[in-house]
Amino acid sequence: MNELMQICMQIRIDILKMIHNAKSGHPGGSLSCVEILTALYKQVLKFDPKNPKSEERDRFVLSKGHASSAYYAILAECGYFPKEELMTFRKFGSRLQGHPSNLYLDCVEVPTGSLGQGLSMACGIAISLKLDKNPASVFCLMGDGELQEGSCWEAFMNADTRNLNNLIAIIDRNKLQIDGKTENIKKLDNLKQKIESFNWNVIEVDGHDISQITNACLKAKESDKPTAIIANTIKGKGVSFMEDNTGWHGKAPNDEELSLALKELEV
Amino acid sequence: MVTALMELKSLRKAYGETLVELGSENKNIVVLDADVSSSTQTKMFAQKFPNRFFNSGIAEQDMITTAAGLASQGKIPFVSTFAMFATGRTYDQIRNSICYSKFNVKIVATHGGVTVGEDGASHQALEDIALMRNLPNMTVIVPADYNECRQAIKYAVENERPMYIRIPRINLPDIFDNSYKFTLTAKVVEKGDDISIISNGDTLIESIKAGQMLKQKGISAQIIHCPVVKPIDKNILKLISNCKNKMLFTVENHSIVGGLGSAISELITDEGLGLKLVRIGVNDQFGQSGTAEELLDYYGISAIKISEKVIYEMKTTIL
Repeated sequence: MNELMQICMQIRIDILKMIHNAKSGHPGGSLSCVEILTALYKQVLKFDPKNPKSEERDRFVLSKGHASSAYYAILAECGYFPKEELMTFRKFGSRLQGHPSNLYLDCVEVPTGSLGQGLSMACGIAISLKLDKNPASVFCLMGDGELQEGSCWEAFMNADTRNLNNLIAIIDRNKLQIDGKTENIKKLDNLKQKIESFNWNVIEVDGHDISQITNACLKAKESDKPTAIIANTIKGKGVSFMEDNTGWHGKAPNDEELSLALKELEV
Repeated sequence: MVTALMELKSLRKAYGETLVELGSENKNIVVLDADVSSSTQTKMFAQKFPNRFFNSGIAEQDMITTAAGLASQGKIPFVSTFAMFATGRTYDQIRNSICYSKFNVKIVATHGGVTVGEDGASHQALEDIALMRNLPNMTVIVPADYNECRQAIKYAVENERPMYIRIPRINLPDIFDNSYKFTLTAKVVEKGDDISIISNGDTLIESIKAGQMLKQKGISAQIIHCPVVKPIDKNILKLISNCKNKMLFTVENHSIVGGLGSAISELITDEGLGLKLVRIGVNDQFGQSGTAEELLDYYGISAIKISEKVIYEMKTTIL
């Protein structure tokens, strides 16, 4: 197993332990974006954990704020804070709030949790970078269900209007939301064409293939338009009984389920 | 303090002019509007600094959250549209992306209250102050004339935190001269010792005129301007204690639910003061079409209606 795959496995283990320990959280959508976050933080983003507000850093917005367990796990892996702190996730007094907030962690650019707001905030960041002639990029990780919020499409228009080619949205297309399949609840199909029709550059990848994600991000950085990377994923990826199962959107595994899951991952 | 000039001036123009002045000095100021820049007067800034002006189009949610992103990187965004759409449609965005994060965004909303006039209820924000006042970290300012509006905008640039500034559509006479300095405190604009009337925004001048009418009836009304609805100035209790009568009035171009009257009510209740407070404002209703004057009168917040209400309450209330 290569190093990046090992990191992914460790993050999956962290996610499950954190959510189990917190007795709450969102395993499905956290497990689906592990490779995306690993590709970003290990291959793509420029950052310095010792100087989280450095001018040169690439900016990251977790628009799907409920995937916070995966986000905190990769931040700890990158050295932003000690790994032991992960077990404070969702506990009273913790910096690792249920949904990420800039008030609690310096490396968080903007607060998220209320869906449909991340991409607009990422647009604001991208505009600010352009005003300052700062060459850094802005990456925004979105859920697919989130795209049912109309405000996302206001942001797609905004990025096109302002030529925000320093903005890259990555859509975790796991095709499930709390109440079921996205296509049965509010249809997102032909997503590539939908976003292309907003004059964005769109790249579709296997969201569990780190090299595909990395290459798409690097290509996106060269684009003269804003880019959306549709990352096709499996919700709950890595744990057989959680995979593609709506029931694991926002539920913590019990002791038995945790040990079953860890056994599968640690093979 | 009060100058009696009756020349009417636009507070929206005060906003636009001040933005241009401050924008020349401070390159971090950026301005966003939602397709009403001619009405809000942000077009003055747009013409002078096109690179720092962003028209969001008819997309208020996107405007508010884009501003949050800009503020996260150290910019000072001023965000403008009509008060109705600046607060109602975007409440979640303001709460979660601006107030929770303590981002330095200034929401300057025009067309507050029934004085919007002919456009009717859909465009008359009567709940905006209530919505903004309940948000942690938010400062809520309702200036009453041209000079105060200019000073409030300067204050907003100088003080780093989320703010909501509500300005009326109608033009208003000067109450303060150009030496006026904006602070978070309430101020007595007319002395009196029978009862207090507390107001702000475009009903302050109506309250001052009501005070003059009351004087002719032998009632000495102290008129207090309370431009900051949040954080409310506790010193206001000291000001009202100057009056003999245990009765006071609030007057606002807003619903009586959740606005200035509610803020004062909370203050006197918290202090356990045995005072009778009469909240004059739009009585938990929607507005309608009409001229500003007709609507002020209909909803009981014109000078004559305020003075009649004061007299009625003083006659009928036994304290």
